[in-house]
Amino acid sequence: MAKITLENLAHSYLPNPKHEDDYALKELNHDWVDGEAYALLGSSGCGKSTLLNIISGLLHPSQGRILFNDKDVTNAPTTQRNIAQVFQFPVVYDTMTVRDNLAFPLRNRGADPTYIKDRVQQIAAMIGMEDSLNHKARGLTADAKQKISLGRGMVREDVNALLFDEPLTVIDPHMKWELRTQLKSLHHEFGHTMIYVTHDQTEALTFADKVVVMYDGRVVQMGTPQELFETPEHTFVGYFIGSPGMNVLAAEVQGDTAVIGGTQIALGKGFGRPAGNVELGVRPEFTSLSAGDAGLPVTIKRVEDVGRHKIVRADFQGTEINILAGEGENISPDMNRVVFDNAGINVYSNSWRVAPEVA
Amino acid sequence: MNKTVNQKAWFLILPVLLLVAFSAVIPLMTVVNYSVQDTFGQNKFFWAGLNWFKEMMASERMWDALGRQIAFSTIILAIEIPLGIFVALNMPKKGFWASTCLILMSLPLLIPWNVVGTIWQIFGRVDIGLLGYTLAAMGIDYNYTQDFYAAWATVIVMDVWHWTSLVALLAYAGLQSIPDAYYQAAKIDQASRWKVFRFIELPKIMGVLMIAILLRFMDSFMIYTEPFVVTGGGPGNSTTFLSIDLVKMALGQFDLGPAAAFSIMYYLVILLISYVFYTVMTNLDKRDGH
Repeated sequence: MAKITLENLAHSYLPNPKHEDDYALKELNHDWVDGEAYALLGSSGCGKSTLLNIISGLLHPSQGRILFNDKDVTNAPTTQRNIAQVFQFPVVYDTMTVRDNLAFPLRNRGADPTYIKDRVQQIAAMIGMEDSLNHKARGLTADAKQKISLGRGMVREDVNALLFDEPLTVIDPHMKWELRTQLKSLHHEFGHTMIYVTHDQTEALTFADKVVVMYDGRVVQMGTPQELFETPEHTFVGYFIGSPGMNVLAAEVQGDTAVIGGTQIALGKGFGRPAGNVELGVRPEFTSLSAGDAGLPVTIKRVEDVGRHKIVRADFQGTEINILAGEGENISPDMNRVVFDNAGINVYSNSWRVAPEVA
Repeated sequence: MNKTVNQKAWFLILPVLLLVAFSAVIPLMTVVNYSVQDTFGQNKFFWAGLNWFKEMMASERMWDALGRQIAFSTIILAIEIPLGIFVALNMPKKGFWASTCLILMSLPLLIPWNVVGTIWQIFGRVDIGLLGYTLAAMGIDYNYTQDFYAAWATVIVMDVWHWTSLVALLAYAGLQSIPDAYYQAAKIDQASRWKVFRFIELPKIMGVLMIAILLRFMDSFMIYTEPFVVTGGGPGNSTTFLSIDLVKMALGQFDLGPAAAFSIMYYLVILLISYVFYTVMTNLDKRDGH
């Protein structure tokens, strides 16, 4: 178990990166606190797996250092870092039995046979494969194989960190839930530092204490699920987290008013005069329809009833606005204005959040 | 579901039937025909029953050739398969050198059999051949036309030179298809190089390796041209393999009856060994699954 520090870390897959765009992972300083469970969230190709592989030593970073408990391991090979990693697609040793698969990492490290026996039994119980310990791994389903991969990742107790690279992609939905719960309880029990890569926000938000959102090779925000929801630091976070994502509208902001497509809106807080490409971000949860004269004039395109609530898809001068309405709420034809709840308004300049002025 | 009965559909397989008949069945039948008859010339044939088969079964000459043949196939398989895998493991995975290696390695496979024979026949000659001359200059007594061991060594090295590429290329293709994640997982699990080979690479290339073994077995068991060109089956009978013996019998001595019986038995032996081999390998696979 260890604290993992990334110092000025960056990586490019090109031999001679020149431009910032050449980097798959842009310069990054970050501490992974010992014993915390992190989720690394982001769309495909944003550098999540690259970062993970650098931590485990499968990739050597183009620049920067990695420290485990303040000890530099940048040049240490994977085997010396004592890290467990589970990959997106199941990796099992086909010709071995399930038991041998689970015991493999321990045997390679020369662990005591009686300990191995107990530990394998324990892990098998955890992943629910006690009955098939003597089966060859080859004939198993993808589900079962991935469970073995997870089991192999968890079998060592003394690892510095446990890394998961979208491990539940191939698993059935009901089993996903169960395994995620297992991982959480495992985390509570042993207190390993865990990093869980995923592009599924539900998975990230339910698994982790802290969620790290990555976008285009950069960490754009790290925070608790609540922080990510209420104050997205980057429009990508707003858009990526939440269903549907945050409404983002081009605006002109001056002090505590904003002008969106010719309509003036009060913001309730002062934002000064943000420069650059200014946008207003409001989550559908803070957006409502109104029959009055205030608000943005919109055309309602359709209403989707998802059971718990309704999602109203509206159009404002070519930009889609999503509005969350209560299940029992009546939506009448004269409700053609959209109003925002001041508490949920965020202002963005060049996609980054502008902090409101303290009154 | 009710199937429509239409007996005319049989005509659809007629072309294949004709093709197979002319390409395989009819030629084989002429051999069968010879194997049960005897002749004293003038194109007059007599029914001989299974006599030729009995005679061949009792023939020391055939058993000797079969023994040599089995020894030859065993030796070249024992060399070419591990060597091929070893070469494949050490080939570059991508880039310029990968393509270069692939081209260089496929060159021997493109050379016709009799040319390979001729190359080695000259290469090994003590008077003008580079190999023979060098060995002689080093004081090694090497003469494949007179010495049993030299003849065998030449024939075996020639086959290894000619065909190891095939095994290597097949194994290489198998290795290339292993996803990176397997090697990464092995690193995480701290597996040694040997364990990576034993538990990841070998199981993953088993399929293509089986094809390689089968191909090399069948080809080497039927080998004719190369040893015939180099040693002519000699010295004495020491490199007279089944095919060489068969040709001597059929065309040299014109013993058509025994030769035909010999051919059929030869054919059945190859069929039998290949079948047994294939069944064993596929069953190993199945047993693993449960």
